[in-house]
Amino acid sequence: MEAVYAVAIGVLVGAGVWLLLRPRTFQVIIGLALLSYATNLFIFGMGRLRLGRPPIIGGDDAVDAALYADPLPQALVLTAIVIGFATTALFLVVLLALRGLTGTDHVDGREPDE
Amino acid sequence: MLLTLIVLLPFAGSVAAAFLPATARNLAAWLAGGVAVACTLLVVSLYPQVGAGGVERVDLAWLPQFGLSIYFRMDGFAWLFALLVSLMGALVVLYARYYMAPEDPVPRFFSFLLAFMGAMLGTVLSGNLIQLVVFWELTSLTSFMLIAYWYHLPDARRAARMALVVTVGGGLCLLLGVLMLGDVVGSYSLDDVLASGDAIRAHPWYEAILVLIALGVLTKSAQFPFHFWLPQAMAAPTPVSAYLHSATMVKAGVFLLARLWPALQGTGLWFWLIAGAGAASLVIGAFSATFQRDTKGVLAYSTISHLGLITMLLGMNSELALVAAVFHMINHATFKASLFMAAGIVQHETGTRDMKRLGGLARAMPMTAAVATVAAAAMAGVPLLNGFLSKEMFFEESVVVGGTIGLQLTLPAVATVAAVFSVAYALRFVHQVFFGPAATDLPQPPREPTRGMLVPGALLVVACLLVGVLPGRTIGPLLDTAARSILGPALPEYRLAVWHGFTVPLFMSFVALAGGIAFYLLLHRANRTMQPTPLLSRIDAARLFDVANVIVVRGAARLAHLFFTRRLQSQLLAIVGIALVAGYAALGPGAVGPGASGPGASGPGALNPWALGAGGWSRGELALTPIDPLFALLWLAGCACAIGAAQQAKFHRLAALIMLGGAGLVTCLTFAWFSAPDLALTQIAVEVVTVVLLLLGLRWLPRRVAYDDPYRRTLRARGRRARDAVVAAAAAFGAGSLVFAVLTRPSPSDLPAYFVENALAEGGRNIVNVILVDFRGFDTFGEITVVAIVALIVYALLRRFRPAPESIAAPRAQRADPAPPAAAALDDPLPRGEMKIPAVLVRLLGPMAALVSVYFLLRGHNAPGGGFVGGLVMATAVIVQYMVAGTMWVESRLRIHPQLWIALGLLAAGGAGISAWFASLPFLTSLAVDVDVPVLGEVHLSSVLVFDLGVYMLVIGAAVLMLVALAHQSLRSPRRAPAAVDAAQDPFASDRPAQSAAETEGASL
Repeated sequence: MEAVYAVAIGVLVGAGVWLLLRPRTFQVIIGLALLSYATNLFIFGMGRLRLGRPPIIGGDDAVDAALYADPLPQALVLTAIVIGFATTALFLVVLLALRGLTGTDHVDGREPDE
Repeated sequence: MLLTLIVLLPFAGSVAAAFLPATARNLAAWLAGGVAVACTLLVVSLYPQVGAGGVERVDLAWLPQFGLSIYFRMDGFAWLFALLVSLMGALVVLYARYYMAPEDPVPRFFSFLLAFMGAMLGTVLSGNLIQLVVFWELTSLTSFMLIAYWYHLPDARRAARMALVVTVGGGLCLLLGVLMLGDVVGSYSLDDVLASGDAIRAHPWYEAILVLIALGVLTKSAQFPFHFWLPQAMAAPTPVSAYLHSATMVKAGVFLLARLWPALQGTGLWFWLIAGAGAASLVIGAFSATFQRDTKGVLAYSTISHLGLITMLLGMNSELALVAAVFHMINHATFKASLFMAAGIVQHETGTRDMKRLGGLARAMPMTAAVATVAAAAMAGVPLLNGFLSKEMFFEESVVVGGTIGLQLTLPAVATVAAVFSVAYALRFVHQVFFGPAATDLPQPPREPTRGMLVPGALLVVACLLVGVLPGRTIGPLLDTAARSILGPALPEYRLAVWHGFTVPLFMSFVALAGGIAFYLLLHRANRTMQPTPLLSRIDAARLFDVANVIVVRGAARLAHLFFTRRLQSQLLAIVGIALVAGYAALGPGAVGPGASGPGASGPGALNPWALGAGGWSRGELALTPIDPLFALLWLAGCACAIGAAQQAKFHRLAALIMLGGAGLVTCLTFAWFSAPDLALTQIAVEVVTVVLLLLGLRWLPRRVAYDDPYRRTLRARGRRARDAVVAAAAAFGAGSLVFAVLTRPSPSDLPAYFVENALAEGGRNIVNVILVDFRGFDTFGEITVVAIVALIVYALLRRFRPAPESIAAPRAQRADPAPPAAAALDDPLPRGEMKIPAVLVRLLGPMAALVSVYFLLRGHNAPGGGFVGGLVMATAVIVQYMVAGTMWVESRLRIHPQLWIALGLLAAGGAGISAWFASLPFLTSLAVDVDVPVLGEVHLSSVLVFDLGVYMLVIGAAVLMLVALAHQSLRSPRRAPAAVDAAQDPFASDRPAQSAAETEGASL
């Protein structure tokens, strides 16, 4: 499973970085979205992969940390997902405004002169 | 506490004056004058303690562990300077009241003047060196504001900038020197520094400290080679020149020299550096002053010269010279300020400062002439005036000090030559302005000024006379106290008297007087006084400064051109490239990190962030979990989606968006797969909202590029794509192998155990939620605040949104629709068109979704869910209503006020945090109460739930605000009717009423 997980993150990062280097704003926004998936998965993976052990305590007895998946990366990623949505929205609006103001959707605000 | 009051009062007055209306001339002057007089009285009231040799202290601990405190300290020397600053301030305020023109915004002037006074008092009363530097820089800043007071004049702006750059640059050096000094001494307290002079002189840093402090001091006191800013600063109003640039601020440099004298003096470097700069300024200033055309120019160069005299005295390593220096500081302040005031009067009454045009004014303004003549005589060192006394002491020191034969001859020679020039320019100033043939082409007929302008200068001249005739009775005790506070109780013997007998200094004085008169007569005969300064006019330091400025700016531009690009792609490429290189260097094969001892060992080194370094990105020792084919298949699809999205983002945005959603869905399933139900829930909800958001944005993007665009085939484009592909592949490989390396090593952290074991005690079973709302509640509070701010920014940006022209027309899909838009008939129970059945379903869905969202919110503490998920579910439900029924149809029935939700959410979360204070617990400590409700039974109420409720409301508000604001753009753009009848009612679109009226009209056709 670890190998699949690693390949998945690799592909997301590769696609994201590729799009990040593209000239059109929409490409960059999609690239950032892909990169944020990869980053969230990466942080989440730092807690190691556990199957069927959600960090929700069952009984009232003494609890053993080894029985549960690491909750800390999950908490980090949860807020990261929500903030990621907010920044995507911000970026989208900025790029729309940029397009309205400059008449182009090139990331530099003007068409390359070639 | 009186000391603190002395410093704070002017600042308070400054703030008050700043709020006065621009026309409140008298009020502002009364305020400033009152503050100055109050400060003077406060200072005077402290004389009994200080005069007895005591030191007044106010020490307010601020950061004691770093040796930083607010520490005001007043000894005799500081007292003398504080008196000088406040008393001179009072006189200058009186003068300025009449000097400033009615059209000048006077409150601004007095506000800055008071701020300067506070800064200057803070400088002289500081007992902590760092605090002293802060006030020191404040004087530079206020000086900048005052020089540029008439900011419509380019000269004033340039002069202000020059003064600021020079003095603040010096101030930075001073700060560095003071920091080093504090490090050597082990304390920034002035008492400690003054007590450890020997240790400082013996320290290897002594030279560096001295040079840095000298840079600060010499720039501030306009000493050679930094003297050039002072003549330029004469662009300031004359009260400023009198106050800052002769009496007080430029004295700050020599003040500090005298202040640190016990700690730093006594070495050869001190002598050559300080006395050398002083001697150079003394001669160059006096020489240049002889050849100025501008009255204030004469006085400015003369100030440089006199400050040079003081600096030279301080540099002589002699205790008597120090006494003379302190004495001359006071003397110079009195006669130079009155001379500036006289020059200001002349300019005020005649309209010019050009000495070529002025002349014979004594007939028209005898009082002014008398004041100026006496002051100029004091400046020249005429007997029975205060200037004579301190100059005499200077001559004496120049003879006494001096080790080698060369110095013994040079110092008196320098002193005499400078004195000759000094007599010459003083004589010239008086002669060419007030005597000789009457001026003919003055802009205004000269007349005596109002009494208010004359009184301050006259008072100062009276002081010159009193001190000059009766030095022992007037200034004697004050000087004694001041000198004692620097030198300690054992003062060297000195005698303040007009007559010392026939001595070498007396002889030098007469040589200077005679020589000065002869030199001036010679120049006057030859008509050389109005020519540019011989020899020195070629070396225009101010011009050199400008040239240096231009060189620096051009150099910076060139560097920016070399290392900076405006192109985002290059910048991103550089960032990714550096990250790759750094990652490879730090973690790659062969990298030797500090954790090289064992590959990811669970020992003490395991917490080391570089623990991967040993084996590079190799596989760790942990056993792999067997691959589930379904999971592999899932990610096969996910990877295909990601690559497809990357490929289509340029050509088919909708397809790219759908594939992005696919990748997100797979991510969400992965979370669910690996025991993170909360993440999976949040991810799926966010996914929905994000896709809707991007869909709304698609409409405003330009027409998509054709796949067979010829540019794509060029070699250049291909090359660029190949390069990016390589970079992307490297990043992919790096990230993948890093993840693999980490996943195959055991987790080094024992943090999870803490959270898992303590979650139940905090009253929750869902550990992730407990972390969010309880353990790390403050983080979450910050994060929801960020979300709220972003939502408001999005809303604000969209209010001013202007779409590109070709995007304004309705999209093709809407044009093809024969029926009017769904939102047309607002009165219909259901929207028209094909959306009828979905509309019915969506209306049913609304309450259900609300119920589900509240359910998620409430159970969040014990089961997957929580405020984030609940809020997103609710927001989705609202958005779906909009999507199916159309904006206007929804808003005619249902008004959501997202801003209100955001505000309430923040209030609830903040209030939940604050509620802990009432139980005397820190912010955001969770509180729980069990309340017995009659029908429901016992109810568990917890501040944590209120906090989560705040998160819930805020997320709803933020998501809805952003989406609806974006959706409204489609409504307002087709017709941008300017007239909006009830624009205030609609938070989103100003022209909706016009729009809906038009649409209704369309429907009725």
